Amino acid sequence: MGKSANSGINTRELIAFRVGRQEFCINVMAVREIRGWTAATALPRAPRYVRGVINLRGAVLPIVELAVRLGLPSNEPSARNVIIVVQIAHQQIGLLVDAVSDILTANDANIQPTPDVSSDLVKTFVKGLLPVDGRMISLISLDHVLPQGELEAA
Amino acid sequence: MDPMAAIRETFFQECEEQLAELEAGLILMESGTAEAETVNAVFRAVHSIKGGAGIFALDALVRFAHVFETALDQVRSGTLAAGAAVLNLLLRAADVLADLVRAARENGTVDEARTAALVVEFTQISNLGHEPPLTPKPAPKALAPAPAWLISFTPASALYAKANETALLLRELRRLGPIEVALDATHLPELSELDPEGAYLTWNITLEADCTEQAIRNVFEFVEDDCQLNITCATPAEPALKPGDVITGDNGFSFEFFPPPVFDDEEASAAPKAEPEHHEPPPALTAKQNPVEAMAAKAESAAAVSATIRVDLDRVDRMIDLVGELVINEAMLSQRVLEAGIARASGVAMALEELEHLTREIQDSVMAIRAQPVRSVFQRMPRLVREVAAQTGKQARLVTEGEGTEVDKTVIERIADPLTHMIRNAIDHGLESPEKRLAAGKPAEGIVRLSALHRSGRIVLEVADDGAGINRARVKEKALENGLIAPDAALTDDEIDNLIFLPGFSTASTVSDISGRGVGMDVVRQSVVALGGRISISSRPGLGSTFTLSLPLTLAVLDGMVVSARGHTLIIPLGAIVETLKPKAADVFPLDGEINVIRLRGGYVPMVDVAASLGYCDEFVEPDQSVALLVEGEGGVRAVLLVDAIHGQRQVVIKSLEANYRAVPGIAAATVMGDGRVALILDVDAVVKTTRSELSRPELSLAEAR
Repeated sequence: MGKSANSGINTRELIAFRVGRQEFCINVMAVREIRGWTAATALPRAPRYVRGVINLRGAVLPIVELAVRLGLPSNEPSARNVIIVVQIAHQQIGLLVDAVSDILTANDANIQPTPDVSSDLVKTFVKGLLPVDGRMISLISLDHVLPQGELEAA
Repeated sequence: MDPMAAIRETFFQECEEQLAELEAGLILMESGTAEAETVNAVFRAVHSIKGGAGIFALDALVRFAHVFETALDQVRSGTLAAGAAVLNLLLRAADVLADLVRAARENGTVDEARTAALVVEFTQISNLGHEPPLTPKPAPKALAPAPAWLISFTPASALYAKANETALLLRELRRLGPIEVALDATHLPELSELDPEGAYLTWNITLEADCTEQAIRNVFEFVEDDCQLNITCATPAEPALKPGDVITGDNGFSFEFFPPPVFDDEEASAAPKAEPEHHEPPPALTAKQNPVEAMAAKAESAAAVSATIRVDLDRVDRMIDLVGELVINEAMLSQRVLEAGIARASGVAMALEELEHLTREIQDSVMAIRAQPVRSVFQRMPRLVREVAAQTGKQARLVTEGEGTEVDKTVIERIADPLTHMIRNAIDHGLESPEKRLAAGKPAEGIVRLSALHRSGRIVLEVADDGAGINRARVKEKALENGLIAPDAALTDDEIDNLIFLPGFSTASTVSDISGRGVGMDVVRQSVVALGGRISISSRPGLGSTFTLSLPLTLAVLDGMVVSARGHTLIIPLGAIVETLKPKAADVFPLDGEINVIRLRGGYVPMVDVAASLGYCDEFVEPDQSVALLVEGEGGVRAVLLVDAIHGQRQVVIKSLEANYRAVPGIAAATVMGDGRVALILDVDAVVKTTRSELSRPELSLAEAR
C-alpha cells in the first residue's frame, strides 16, 4: 500500500503545491499548464468538489477543488489561487489549489510509505510521504480525482 | 510509413467513388433515362476498379470485376439487351462488388456463395445473348472444378524488343484463375552461342479458370504477333475451344530497343514463381492494357467533375475549432470595447463591426467546407431497398429527391442509421404484398420516396411509402394491450399515428429480421432526438405513410436563447422554444405540492423552474417574478420553463462536456460566451421530462450538490 505505484522510475520531478496548511505533490509529467483562477460556471448536480467548468482556450475544463476532494475545508477561491491543469488518461482537468510552492526531484528512496491509517481518502490519494527541509509533502495520485463510477452513482 | 499503403488507401477511396458512379449509372439505366454515355461510365467504373485491384493483387476482386465487366461490355456493344432481369442482376453485382471492395479494404470476408451464384447468373445471361432464352444451364456447372487450360507461350525476341514483359503477362493471366507455371528452357543454347537479343524460353502454364479461350487470348492481345501461343483445354467442357490452336507471330527482329542482357535469366528465375513483386515498372512501359485504360478512364472522369481536392477531415475540424475560437474572441473583444465606454460611432467600434462581419463570413465558409450533399447516404439506400424487398417478398422501388441538399458532415454520418431503419420499416410494414396491392388496384411494385430539402434552417428528410397507411385501429389496440395508453384515452388520428414511436411498440405480429423487434421506431426517435432533431409520421389510410425527420444543419453551432436563472447563464436551444410569455399569478394553479400548471389558451401546461430542476436552488421562484418560455420537447410534449430573465438570442459554438468531464443530466452541452465564461446549454427534453416522470424527481434534489 505504502509503495508508490510507479516505482519503476527511480528519479522523478514532482511539483509541490499548498492546499490549506498541507503540502502535496504530483508528478510534473502530468501537468500541462498552471494558470490563475477564473470564475467557474457551476454544473448542476455535480459533486461538492467539482467547482464547475472554465474555458481553456475553447475547451471546457472541469475544475476540481482539491481541498474538498481531499476532505479539507473549502475556501472561497480568490485571484491568489491557481489552477493546475493536469492530464489524466484522455481527459484534462483543472486542480484548484492555494499556491504552487516548489519543484522537487525525488527518487524512490526519498519517498516514505504512508502510515497505515484508516482514512479512505488517505488510502485513495496519498501514495507516499516526502520529507523536504523539515516539511512533509504528500505524494498524491490523480487517478481517482474524477472517479467515473462514483460520479455515475451520485 | 509505407508508400504502398497510402496508394492503396487512395485506390479504395477511388473505388468508393467508382462504386457510387456505378450504382448511379445503373439506376439511371433502370429508370430508362440512360444515355449511351451512362453505359460507358458504368463500364469504366467497373473497369477502373478491376484495373486498380490488379495492381494490388486483389484476386477475388479482379475475378469478379472481370465477369461483371464482360457482361457490361456485352450490354455496351448491344449483344446483351439491358432488360429488367439483366439490370437487376447488374445491380446485385454492384452490391457484391461493393462488398468485395470493402472486404479487400478491411481484409474481411465476403459471402462467397453469393459471389459464385452471381458469376453463374452472369454466365447464363451472357449465353442468353447467343442461345434461346429461358433455358438456364444447370447451375452446379460453375461450382464444379473449373476447367484447366494448358497454355504454351513462347515469346519471340520481338516481344522483348517492344518492351513487353512476360512476368506481367503471367500475372495478368493469374487474374483469370490460379495458374501453375513451368519454364521450358530446353532451347536455351550454350553461352557462346547465345544471341543476347534472342528469345529461347517457353512457358507452359496450367490455368484453372472458368473462362473462355478469348479471355485468355485477350491477355496476350498485345503480343500475339510476337510469340507462339498455344491454348488447349484439358477438360473438354466448352465446345467453343479449338484444341491445337496455334498462332504464329511474325518473328520480326528488333531495331529499337535492346533488352537487358540479364533479362532472360532474371525472367527465368522469377517467372516460375510468377510473383516478381519487385518488378513494378511504370505503367506506361507495360503493354498491359488494363492500367493504361484505367488511367485513361480516370482522366476522363476527372475531367468530368469540377476541380476538387481531398483534405484530411482532421484539418477541417481543426480549422472549425479555430474559427469557433475566433468567434468567441471577437465577441470578447466587442464586449471589452463596450465596457471601455468607446462610442458606437468611433473608428474602433466600426472596425470591430467590420471584423464581426468577416468572422461570421469565415465561419459560414468553413462550415460550408464540411457541408456535404446527402447523396452519399442516399446512395446506400437503393441497395437496402433491394435487399429488404427480396427478404420480405415485396416489390419496391426507391425514388430519391433532393440528393444535392447539403448538410454538415457530422449530421450526414448520423442520419444513415435512422434512415435505414425508416426505409426498412416503410417496406416491411408500410408496403403491402404484391397480391394485396394488385387487389387494391395499385401497381404490384410499391414506391418508397426518399427526399431531402432545406426548411427554415433545418434539413427535412422524408420517407414516404405508397402502402396501406397506418392501421389506426390496430395501433390503438396494440397500445392498449401494451399498456401504453389508458383505455378511455381520446386520441386524434395524428396522436395514434405517433404512438408507434413509443418504446416497446410494434404492430408486426411476427418478429422479423428486418424490423419489428418492438424497438424499431423508438430507437429511431431517440437517435434523431439525440441529434437535436424531430421525427413525426403522417398517414392516410390506403395511400401510405410519410415519416418526416427534421434535423439541424450542423452539430457544431446552435441558435440559442441566452437566459439567466438564479445568476446562472444558460442557453436554451431556439428550436425548442415555441413562445415566450410573462406569466400572471392568476393563471398559475398548483397541481400538487411540487408541480404547478399554467393556463395557456384554454389548456394547462406544466411549469418547470429551470434553476430548481437543475438543482441550483431549493425554493421555487414566484411565477410572476419570472419570464416563461413555452417549449416543445420530443414528441410534442410541452412545458413552460421559468427563468429570471431573457438576455437575447445568439449563435453559440457547441462544446462537449464529455470530453473532459462527463454527461450532465439536464445539460446538453456547453459553450463559451463573449466574456470567456462557459455557459451551459439546456437539454430541454430532459428538463421537460422531469415534469412527467415522478421517478426521477427525488433524485434531482440537492442531496448530492453543494
